[in-house]
Amino acid sequence: MAEFMSLSAAVEHHLRDGQTVAMEGFTHLIPYAAGHEVIRQVKRDLTIIRMTPDILYDQLIGMGLVRKMVFSWGGNPGVGSLHRMRDAVENGFPQRLELEEHSHAAMANAYEAGASTLPFAVFRGYKGVDLPRVNPNIRSVTCPYSGEVLATVPAIRPDVAIIHALRADRQGNVLLEGIVGVQKEAVLAARSSIVTIEEIVDDFGPRSANAVILPSWTVGAIVHVPGGAYPSYAHGYYKRANAFYIGWDAIARERESFAAWMKANVLDGSPDSFASLAFGSRKSA
Amino acid sequence: MTYSATEIMTIVASRFLTNSDICFVGIGAPSAACNLARLTHAPGITLIYESGTLGTRPDVLPLSIGDGELCDTALTTVSVPEMFRYWLQGGRITLGFLGGAQIDRFGNLNTTVVGDYGNPKVRLPGGGGAPEIASSCGEVFIIMAMNPRAFMAKLPFITSMGHGAGKGSREALGLSTKGPTRLITDLCLFEPDPETSELIVTAIHPGVTREMIQAQCGWPVRYADQVGLTPAPTDSELAVLRDLQARTKQAHAA
Repeated sequence: MAEFMSLSAAVEHHLRDGQTVAMEGFTHLIPYAAGHEVIRQVKRDLTIIRMTPDILYDQLIGMGLVRKMVFSWGGNPGVGSLHRMRDAVENGFPQRLELEEHSHAAMANAYEAGASTLPFAVFRGYKGVDLPRVNPNIRSVTCPYSGEVLATVPAIRPDVAIIHALRADRQGNVLLEGIVGVQKEAVLAARSSIVTIEEIVDDFGPRSANAVILPSWTVGAIVHVPGGAYPSYAHGYYKRANAFYIGWDAIARERESFAAWMKANVLDGSPDSFASLAFGSRKSA
Repeated sequence: MTYSATEIMTIVASRFLTNSDICFVGIGAPSAACNLARLTHAPGITLIYESGTLGTRPDVLPLSIGDGELCDTALTTVSVPEMFRYWLQGGRITLGFLGGAQIDRFGNLNTTVVGDYGNPKVRLPGGGGAPEIASSCGEVFIIMAMNPRAFMAKLPFITSMGHGAGKGSREALGLSTKGPTRLITDLCLFEPDPETSELIVTAIHPGVTREMIQAQCGWPVRYADQVGLTPAPTDSELAVLRDLQARTKQAHAA
């Protein structure tokens, strides 16, 4: 049953060193504020899972908190490389990073299998490509009806899922809309979850009958963090800070500028600063 | 009007898109070409981005595949598992439009690593949606600027499959989709040789010579018997593209 908590209490209570955590968000609704709290609490030896690791995972890797990453596309979308991830993979700095690499189709199916408590996902993919050669978790099964050989990957079952959503009601039900990504699947696949939200409402009111709702009994902790997805965005609240994503390239390129930025903005920061960043000079989406 | 190499590449690519295409759009150059087509001769084209947006009509080019602009202007937005299961794997997308870091003469693409996978010289972002876009879409267009480090005789890693080792490779894996049918570059147009599936030059852009093409290509370039001359970009194509790029630049700086 969902429990309203402070961000520091939620991360302290739900995530431990050495665990597997999925902080999902497909460009939209990336849980930056929660990820920064993980960094402040120095949770170590993590296995991090995400289809599209971007700046947030670059930050976790650069701060030396990550042992292994499971992913399908690791870059700064439309801008270029994740320099901290590259430094870890290419130079072992600040520590070696183990990779388990998939395609998007594989990971999307693996989350769905996890949410369904199936042991693995089956799909038509990985034809004629090299990833199965370097990832022993990519295997195959023969269809018992048609004889077709299909690709398989293990279900994703994180210890903890962390997502950012739009609203929660007083009972702790959670709503998200827009580009909903794989967040519903990630929360249902995980053993526990932390959901940060833009707004607490008495009642969701008139809404599409098909809005994505996570009932309170499927959610662990709920934390009210307005602006908590910045520089990602929250549909109907604020737009993606594309200028920040473009500017991150220069910050993350050198170890020193990265460390200085993290000290000033994350280690010495707090969840309260997200609202002014997200809503400050930016017009509402 | 004079034009840049990137502009003619984008414009030539856009000309191949039609109102009847259901197109899975990669970010960057593919997205520019697809939206240019939509704003010029193919207003009815259906554009799909892997974030789940079906039938999107953005006013500015998205920086990422999941910008809010895509969702705000889409016919509908579905979850990412649904996108890959029902729409892509379901065979409902006629055309995949990809870019890449490196390509070989059979249209196989590498966006994963330069050097050895376990100890890479350069770690690239990886495949994302591309491996299954390349196998599940009815056909594939690829857009890439030429240079000898990108157009390689042998790829260090195959992220997504083109024509494999040549004609028959796709069929041998049970694929019934066409694979890459056009490679649009800043210098020329490549299409697969019907006999071998090797990508051969079928049209050359204005002012470009065969020597210039070979200088930017890591394999010995072959040419079709009849090589066409690409019509130069028109003033109106350039105006629409530049207007789109200017709007985009302004929006991304905000």
